[in-house]
Amino acid sequence: MDYGKALELQQQLAGERKQGLIPDQLLLLEHPHVITLGRNGHLENLLADDQVLGRAGIAFFPTDRGGDITYHGPGQLVGYPIVDLREWKRDVGAYVRAVEQVIIDTLADYGIAGGRIAGLTGVWVEGRKIAAIGVHISRWVTSHGFALNVATDLSYFQYIVPCGLTRPVTSMAQLGVHATVEEVSRSLAGHFGRVFDCEIVGIPDCVGVGGGVGNGELT
Amino acid sequence: MIDVVMPQMGESIVEGTLTKWLKKPGERVERDEPIFEISTDKVDTEIPSPAAGTLSEILVEEGKTVGINTIVARIDEAGTGAKPKAEEPAAPPPPQVEAPKTPAPPQAEAPKAATPVPAPAEPTPEAPSAAETPADPAGPLSPLVRKLAREHNIDLGRVKGTGAGGRITKYDVEAYVSQVGAQPVAPPVAAPPAPASQPAAPPPVPQPVVSAPPPPPPAPVAAPATPLPPAGVAKTRIEPLSTMRIKIAEHMVMSKRTSPHVTTIHRVDMTKVAKMRERHKGQFQANYGFSLTYLPFVVRASVVALRQFPLLNASLDGNNIVYHNEINIGIAVALENGLIVPVIRAADEKNVLGLQRSVVDLAARARSRQLKPDEVQGGTFSITNFGSFGSLMATPVINQPQVAIMGIGTVDKTPVVIDDAIAIRSICHLSLSFDHRLIDGALADQFMSKAKQVLEGWSEEVL
Repeated sequence: MDYGKALELQQQLAGERKQGLIPDQLLLLEHPHVITLGRNGHLENLLADDQVLGRAGIAFFPTDRGGDITYHGPGQLVGYPIVDLREWKRDVGAYVRAVEQVIIDTLADYGIAGGRIAGLTGVWVEGRKIAAIGVHISRWVTSHGFALNVATDLSYFQYIVPCGLTRPVTSMAQLGVHATVEEVSRSLAGHFGRVFDCEIVGIPDCVGVGGGVGNGELT
Repeated sequence: MIDVVMPQMGESIVEGTLTKWLKKPGERVERDEPIFEISTDKVDTEIPSPAAGTLSEILVEEGKTVGINTIVARIDEAGTGAKPKAEEPAAPPPPQVEAPKTPAPPQAEAPKAATPVPAPAEPTPEAPSAAETPADPAGPLSPLVRKLAREHNIDLGRVKGTGAGGRITKYDVEAYVSQVGAQPVAPPVAAPPAPASQPAAPPPVPQPVVSAPPPPPPAPVAAPATPLPPAGVAKTRIEPLSTMRIKIAEHMVMSKRTSPHVTTIHRVDMTKVAKMRERHKGQFQANYGFSLTYLPFVVRASVVALRQFPLLNASLDGNNIVYHNEINIGIAVALENGLIVPVIRAADEKNVLGLQRSVVDLAARARSRQLKPDEVQGGTFSITNFGSFGSLMATPVINQPQVAIMGIGTVDKTPVVIDDAIAIRSICHLSLSFDHRLIDGALADQFMSKAKQVLEGWSEEVL
């Protein structure tokens, strides 16, 4: 799904969630090539100018999430939980740790030992970043979320300094696990339900590359 | 007066960084209207106002990190006792009902209050940013250009595009900024009332953009395609920094700010290495197709020393020392307009031949810009060879988050005293800049002595 469209959808859902019109949501999708910059991001971490990006077919979006700069693209599972934290733990730190846990548990399904590095949000495998996290919260309702490299073409990260960190990135494929974004998203939805203690109502189904992978409504 | 405090965003959070004020002193706020933003742990949060009233003072400025429950501002509930500034546009509360929709600064009142108000000290992006008005000058604008224009408060209608089809590129904006950015853009022909303090006043009516490639209205301040200064006053020439240069500049300043640098310099007798090199040079070139330099010897000696003193191969993470089990050596490579530090991974598993091969390969690909992102990351120690440019010795800057960098000076035949006799030896000065937070001089010099010992008593075969 196009990043701009996903952003609109998130904003709409977050708005409805704030008004209590809908239950918590989890959007799972894949974006075409795009580089996004967090609200407090540093443009210096974008290593290419817009002409280079244009040639490489990469869009660029400044956004209101936390974190610095990141890349999204095919082969990457992107998750946007729209969760009202007042009905959960009212704890931003715990929320981020829980999202990390969902990813760590998902990776464990594939025999990958993901872990945390103190002070560096995200999920890491042997010092390499496999999943990035950037969250926006308004009135305790979350938006934006995480991006897990399943089979991402990591060469696209050359255009940025991911999250402003000069640390390497990796993907499940690079670690020898050849799974599709769709498969991983199913596994992840299950772990999300367990960690956040909610039931996934809509089972994520796949809509093919470039489309939304599906979205589950959480209750 | 109501105190506004840094909220507790959960048990696990003890402090937050105030990243942005969405309201200014003197502005009216509604209860629950987002008033500022904080950042904790990759999470940005909008904080709603605890009460309705007038924001009377801001106690914590943007960028500061404070503990929870710190008072960051005060709100005057009476809504009158505002600070000197802006007379409020009477009754109606701010227009933005649902502020969070877009990240635009919610100060839409700015233009209205712009009766001859003295220019607010900081040129914060007031006024509906030019980017949001549909005054698209020529062709589509990239988000980067919009962002730049917003940051510099520029009316893109005045910027001449040099991109495809007259499209405005980042460089055009930067050139424009460097040209006129300093002084507020006084609209020469434009609507009269606008006081000079209002640079980005959008053109009264959006020029309907006809698909004509030449950019819109009269380029006012002699805006040539390139950032040339107006003819006749060419005392300076202004050129925007390349992205790489910006990146380097930031890294250097960050490193100097992060680490108290100390540099120690050791004189090393490279005669043995020089002889070894002399002996094998021709054969080496014939066998492998590249020449044998001093660099792989120094890399090899550093690896041996790093093994013995792993603290030099570590990083600091808060109050923790992170020891790296791999020895990955970054090699500074000079490029035409900058430098890059590709990494020889697992350098401790390579002999002189393997190291030389890696150096040649990485340097060649660095210069042709074909390095993979992987190859410039994960270094644990760096070496820079300024001797190849004739430098005797220098004090390099640490490549963060590493804690030390070795510099290699020229290798020169030099008269030295050995056993009270004067001899001609191949002398090289090796310098080591180290992070004094983690490493003391004694350790640094032990490390250097080890490297020196390896080089002076070179025993490994090369071929």
